[in-house]
Amino acid sequence: MAEYSFALSEEQRLIQESARKFADNEIWPAAPAFDRSGDFPRDLILKAYELGFVNQLIPEALGGAGLSNLDTALVVEELASGCAGITTSCVANDLALIPIVIAGSDEQKKRFVKDIIAARKFASFCLSEPGAGSDVAGLSCKLEKVDGGYKLNGAKQWITNGGVADQYTVFCTMDKELRHKGICCVVVPADAEGVSHGPHEDKLGQRASNTTTVNFDNVFVPESSRIGKEGEGFVIAMETLDITRPLTGVIAVGIARRALECALSYACQRKQFGKAIAEFQGIQFILADAATEIDAARLLTLRAAWMRDNGINNSLQSSMAKRFAADTAMKVTTDAVQVYGGYGYTKDYPVEKLMRDAKLLQIYEGTSQIQRVVIARELVKAAAAKES
Amino acid sequence: MAKILVPVKRVPDYEMKVKIAPEGNAIKTDSIKWIVNPFDEIAVEEAVRIKEAGSDVEVVVVSIGPEGTSEQLRTALAMGADRAIQVITDAEIDSDCAHRILAAIYQQDDYQLVIMGKQSIDSDANQTGQLLAAKLGLPQATFASKLEVSGDWTSAKVTREVDGGLETISVTLPAIVTTDLRLNEPRYPSLPGIVKAKKKPMDVVELSSLGVEVSPKVRVLAMEPPAARSAGIKVESVAALVDKLKNEAKVI
Ligand SMILES: Cc1cc2nc3c(=O)[nH]c(=O)nc-3n(C[C@H](O)[C@H](O)[C@H](O)COP(=O)(O)OP(=O)(O)OC[C@H]3O[C@@H](n4cnc5c(N)ncnc54)[C@H](O)[C@@H]3O)c2cc1C
Repeated sequence: MAEYSFALSEEQRLIQESARKFADNEIWPAAPAFDRSGDFPRDLILKAYELGFVNQLIPEALGGAGLSNLDTALVVEELASGCAGITTSCVANDLALIPIVIAGSDEQKKRFVKDIIAARKFASFCLSEPGAGSDVAGLSCKLEKVDGGYKLNGAKQWITNGGVADQYTVFCTMDKELRHKGICCVVVPADAEGVSHGPHEDKLGQRASNTTTVNFDNVFVPESSRIGKEGEGFVIAMETLDITRPLTGVIAVGIARRALECALSYACQRKQFGKAIAEFQGIQFILADAATEIDAARLLTLRAAWMRDNGINNSLQSSMAKRFAADTAMKVTTDAVQVYGGYGYTKDYPVEKLMRDAKLLQIYEGTSQIQRVVIARELVKAAAAKES
Repeated sequence: MAKILVPVKRVPDYEMKVKIAPEGNAIKTDSIKWIVNPFDEIAVEEAVRIKEAGSDVEVVVVSIGPEGTSEQLRTALAMGADRAIQVITDAEIDSDCAHRILAAIYQQDDYQLVIMGKQSIDSDANQTGQLLAAKLGLPQATFASKLEVSGDWTSAKVTREVDGGLETISVTLPAIVTTDLRLNEPRYPSLPGIVKAKKKPMDVVELSSLGVEVSPKVRVLAMEPPAARSAGIKVESVAALVDKLKNEAKVI
C-alpha cells in the first residue's frame, strides 16, 4: 500500500492534463447550447468515448481505459468542470457496466461489456423507480420465472441515458416481500420486445444529460442474461454504487471549482465604489471559504477512491465525501451567483447554470440525507463493536 | 521499416503569465507549467498520422533538457510515438547547440525523415531545422502545411506556407521538414494511449556521451515584458466613437 502522499505521478498528471484540455476546449464552449436545448450531445460524447473518457473504470481487456478509482476521479473532476450534465452521461456507462464486470461470467462480460464498448454503444443503470428512490430495497419491478428464463414487468424512473442506451442493466425483484433478498440483476437490450422509454425529462439542470423513464412490458429475459445469482442483485447494486460514489463526489468538485474560477475572475474585473469588488473583505471571505471547502471536498473524494483501490472498505468515507462535495458545490455555486450580482442571475453568464447543475448532486446516487443516514449507521456500528 | 525522428522541446505553457527572473535575462522557472512546444505537437501528430495511414513506420521522439522533460516525451508517446530518446542536460541550449545534438542523435540510427516544429514558442528563433539540414547535408522543406511521403520512401511532396500563398515542392528523402500551424490539428492523448505510453521505451542519453560540445553562441542579455496596455475608455455616443476613430486612432 502506498504511504501517505499527495503527489501525482507523471502518468496521473498527463491523464489530468488531457482531460482538462478536452473539458476546456471541447466541453465548456459547447455546454451552454446543450443546456438550453436539452439535446443529447452525441457527437461530443462519442469523441470522449474515443479518448477513453467513457468506461474509464472498465478493464482494458474489455475495452475500457482500465484506470484506477483515483485516476478516474482525477479525470472526472476535469470533465465536470466543463459540464456536469455531459459528464453524468459519460459516467453513466461505467455505472451500467460495472455490475457485469463485478458479477458477470466471462461470456457475459464479452457480450454485455466488450461488444458494447467496441461498438461505441451506451448502457444505462436502472435501479430507481417511481415508487422506490432512496428506499432501493422497496423496488417492485417484477421478475417471474417462465420456460427458459424470466418475464420482466415494471417501470424505472430517472434513468440517465434511458433514451439513447442500447442496453439496460435492470434491478428487479422475484418477491417484493423479501425486500433486498429478492432482488436480481438482469441485462436487457433496448430493442427487446416490450421495452420502451418515455420522453426526455425537462430538468432544472444537467440538461444535456438524457433522463427518461424505461418501461418493461412482458419482456422475455433468457436465464443467460441474469448477472450473478437470483437474490444477489441488491449486493451487486450496492457494491457498484460504492465504486461510483466518489466519482459523483468529484463531479461536484469539478462544478464548484469552475464556479470559483469564474467568481474569482469576475471579482477582479468588476468595479464598484472605485475598486475591484475582490478588494472588499465581504467578497474575499466568500472566495476564501469556497477555495478551502473545494479543497476539502477534493481530498475527501480522492481518499475514498484511493481506499477502494487499496481494497479498504470505504462505505463511511465515500458517503462523507459525496455528501460534503455535493453540499459544497451547492453552496459555492450559490455564492458564485452572489459574487456576480444581477449578472449572475442571467443566462448571459455561466454561474447560474453551475448552480442548477450542482443541485442534482445532492439528489442522485443517494441524497445528502441518505448519505448522512449511512455515515451515522457506520459510526454507530463501529461504536457498538467497540462496546461489545 | 522507415523511421521518423521527431524532436520535441518543452516550453512554458502559453496560457501562463511568465515573469522575468531577478537577473533580468531569463524567465522565472520555479512555478512554470511546461508543455510540448505546440509546433512540435503538430510534428508528432503528422508522424503518427503517416504511421496510421498504413506504412510500416517507427516514430522516434527526442528531447534535450533537464530530467523533467520526460513528461513531454511521455505526452508524445501517448499521442502514438513508438519510443523516446531523452538527452539529459541542465545546460543552456541555443539553436546551435540543439542542432548539433540532434545531428548526433540522427546519425545513431537510420532515419528517412525528420519532422520538427518550425520554431519553439519560447525563443522563437526558427533556426534549428535549417541548421540541422545544413549540418547533415539534407534537403529541407520548412513551414509545411501539407506533407505526402511517396510509397517507396524516396521522396516527399511538401506544401509550404510562403508569403502571400502556397508553394509545393518535392524533396528527396531523407529530409528535414518543419511544421507550420495549419499542417494538422494535434489530437488529445487518449487515456488508453497514456496508459500504453508508460510501457514504451525511453532511452536516456547523457549529453557527454554524444561528444557534442555545448557552448551557446547566443547569449541573452536582457528580457523585458511587453509594455502594459493602457486602460480603455468609454465613449458616450456613436458620434463620439466615430470622431475618435477618425481623428485619434486615424483608422477610418
Ligand atoms: C437527473 C437524474 C438522473 C438520475 N439517474 C439515475 C440513473 O441513471 N439510474 C437510477 O437508478 N437512478 C437515477 N436517478 C435516481 C436518483 O438516484 C433518485 O432520484 C434518488 O435516489 C432519490 O430518490 P427519489 O427521487 O425517489 O427521492 P425520495 O427517495 O422520495 O426522497 C425524497 C426526499 O426524502 C428524503 N428521504 C428519503 N428517505 C429518507 C430517510 N430515510 N431519512 C431522511 N430523509 C429521507 C430524501 O433525502 C429526499 O430529500 C436519477 C435522478 C435524477 C434526478
